[in-house]
Amino acid sequence: MIRLCDLKISYRIGSRVINAVDGVTLTIPDGSIVGIAGESGCGKSTLMKAIYGDIQAPMHLSGGTIEYGLKGADGRPVTPATIRREWFKSISYVPQSSMNSLNPVIRIRDQFIDFPGTDSNKKRVLERARDYIGRLGLPPEALDSYPHQLSGGMRQRVMIGLATFFQPELIIADEPTTALDVVVQKEILMLLMDLQEQMGNTILVVSHDMGVHYQVTHKMLIMYAGRVVEFGDTESVFADPQHAYTRMLIDSLPTIGDDSMRGAVASAAGAGGDRAYRVEAELIEVKPGHFVARPAARDGAPA
Amino acid sequence: MIVDTKDADPVTMVVPPAPKARASLLWLVNPRLAVGLTILGVMGLGSVVLPLFAPADPSVQASYMRNLPMSQAHWLGTNALGQDIFWFLVFAIRNSLTLGVVVAIGVTIIATIVGLSAGYIGGRFERAVMLVVDTFITIPLLPILIILGALIRGNTSFLTVGFIIIVFGWAWDARTVRSMALSLREREFINMARFSGANTLQILVREVFPYVMAYTLVGFINTILFAINLEATLAVIGLSKVEVPTLGSIIFWALNYNALFTGHHVWLVAPIVATVTLFLGLFLTSTGFNQAFASKRGVA
Amino acid sequence: MTIILKTEGLNKVYRRGGLVGGRSVQALRDVDITVEGDRPVVIAVVGESGSGKTTLAKTLLRLEAPSSGRAVVYDTVVAGPGATPSRRAFLGLVQPIFQNPFEAFSRYRPVDAYLHETARRVAGMSGDEAEAAVAEALRSVGLDPAEIRGKYTAQFSGGELQRISVARALIPHPKLIVADEPVSMIDASRRMIIINLFKKLRDEAGRSFLYITHDLATAYYISDHVAVMHRGQVVEFGPARAVMSDPQHAYTRLLLDSIPTTRSRWRPRRTAAAG
Repeated sequence: MIRLCDLKISYRIGSRVINAVDGVTLTIPDGSIVGIAGESGCGKSTLMKAIYGDIQAPMHLSGGTIEYGLKGADGRPVTPATIRREWFKSISYVPQSSMNSLNPVIRIRDQFIDFPGTDSNKKRVLERARDYIGRLGLPPEALDSYPHQLSGGMRQRVMIGLATFFQPELIIADEPTTALDVVVQKEILMLLMDLQEQMGNTILVVSHDMGVHYQVTHKMLIMYAGRVVEFGDTESVFADPQHAYTRMLIDSLPTIGDDSMRGAVASAAGAGGDRAYRVEAELIEVKPGHFVARPAARDGAPA
Repeated sequence: MIVDTKDADPVTMVVPPAPKARASLLWLVNPRLAVGLTILGVMGLGSVVLPLFAPADPSVQASYMRNLPMSQAHWLGTNALGQDIFWFLVFAIRNSLTLGVVVAIGVTIIATIVGLSAGYIGGRFERAVMLVVDTFITIPLLPILIILGALIRGNTSFLTVGFIIIVFGWAWDARTVRSMALSLREREFINMARFSGANTLQILVREVFPYVMAYTLVGFINTILFAINLEATLAVIGLSKVEVPTLGSIIFWALNYNALFTGHHVWLVAPIVATVTLFLGLFLTSTGFNQAFASKRGVA
Repeated sequence: MTIILKTEGLNKVYRRGGLVGGRSVQALRDVDITVEGDRPVVIAVVGESGSGKTTLAKTLLRLEAPSSGRAVVYDTVVAGPGATPSRRAFLGLVQPIFQNPFEAFSRYRPVDAYLHETARRVAGMSGDEAEAAVAEALRSVGLDPAEIRGKYTAQFSGGELQRISVARALIPHPKLIVADEPVSMIDASRRMIIINLFKKLRDEAGRSFLYITHDLATAYYISDHVAVMHRGQVVEFGPARAVMSDPQHAYTRLLLDSIPTTRSRWRPRRTAAAG
């Protein structure tokens, strides 16, 4: 169970300090797929990087804490400073456009072997990799190929394979299917759901596509301007969205077979400016397990 | 900073929009560039202004007593030919710099025009042009100059040397500009300009060139360096008109009169120091610009 | 009846590699589409990457020449043998909107420079007339001309830049606007602003659109006709409602099935562990 307490990630522009993540307090339950939605600039990618432990200058953790609820190899609880050692073991990350993250001059099987895994017997690792590849829906020849010989969808499966190989307890997938065609996207998402059910771990999926969230996630998190706007079971959030921003996100998805006018909320909101959506950092439970944040004070300053 | 644009995303609302690209040049300044420009400024200004105060034409031999040490009257002393070393050096720097700048202008103009048009227009035109460019690149410049110099020994006028350097030096930069134009050709704003009715020339000047400008500037300075270096090399070997004061010719005469062994170190050391300083200035300016452009691209 | 769009046996083959032993890729294969009518329409071309939809757009925009076949737009042959219009005439007939709003304008030029250029060079206006046309085009896409004047790409959001692109495309009063994935690089919630704008322009300003996309849902939302492309061929073509609600071709059915909608789940949700 990951607990975020008033987390703040900031960076400097000139003399000003901008909070990319501005006070997020959250408990992410184990064993579920949590979706994080929001538009570009809302801080979701930064939040993921913070949880993953990949915050580098000019950004830094300026406030709050992250409790991972994990113990490292030395028996002590893992903190944001030590999370790096857990990469690919207890926690792994599938970045955006990760199909381009594979080393182009190394064969796929060597990317598996090169891992700083616990098993130093390379042959054994290779055997396990061959078994695993099949479960990912990849042909056995894929292991012996170079990345450019595989299609985008296949490379993404390889990335997911690398990320899940050591059965980490937490996987963070940042827009894992954004660059993929819709048919391949469905296959990858189904694969992720399968893996999660088998391994029982937690997956955080960042996506701007509300449809993907509806299909894949158990719980949903909506972010805006560095803060959490709404959080709850996916069913509940879609059936009864509590915050105007969530409603706008859901409304702007046209659906086949549905002839009603879409995007009216987004266009109307534009007139008042986006400040209408600014919220305070605190979340209030309005229904069991369903939280929403209050709108910020008039001038937008945090309470 | 409240900007009530209709669908601004939250972060851009908080961060003030970037100022007009050309308005302030503050982003240019970095220590490297500042030092480089200062050196160039001092030497350049000095070489233009000081000759106005020269007491006599320093290239005339036997104007003074020979091999005088450094003194109030002769700041760097005189050499074995009876010339004042300091004034000779000043004129030398001026001539070398002039040559460098003239060559750089010629090379940059030709390389930019050829490279941009070849890269952008493409097709058969490009292939033909690149054939010419590649031929010029493979011709080794120094041996040609040495041969020419040997043939016309000592009668090669200063400007002829410069002209030859332009003719054989433009090709390399043309190739680089062409590859930049090649990659720019595919970018969407080029299509946008086409559909706005712009013709090829307008696109090259208004759309493509601004992106190439940064490189052109750096290339310009590098060419100055290259030209001065080449001329100095020729002069030291004795293949250009060595009566004309240039950085290379001072060294030529100093070597010929064995300045090192006869103890007249100043004669040899002064031009070397001047040359190194000039090159340092050029190098720092060039890499300073490079650094400034790179960091601007990173932020903007 | 005007021929709005007609392609006859359009083929495009790309050769990769050197003079000897290169590979060839057939990007368009016998593409035959006919749309006739007297009222402006939105024609959607949907497909995945590699389907040929972008090549079709490039052919119609005369950015690529077809290997064989012909294309006609509003009774004018634009590609293939007999292609008539001069550059200027063509630009007054067909205008594009491209995918990447951030690359649409040069970093070094103010964005309204392109609009003024279009007004002057394509529409042949000058001075005050051009100014007025630019201002009106910006207003028709919901932007304030005073807010746009003299500003650079870096000062706008993706959605605004795309709207400015639309405004520019409108200035010469083209009959057909070819929009190549115009909203795929904009946030999902902002897309409808642009899509609704297309709808408005079709209904009120009488412009036809060729809307290239991989997003079937938005295609359903505004199109009159839909062409589904797969590996360079048109596998299904017809009125939008019919194709989407009763697809005939297996590939169309596969596409429709794969869209993540919010109406029904792909698989039942097992209850999440309490947390």
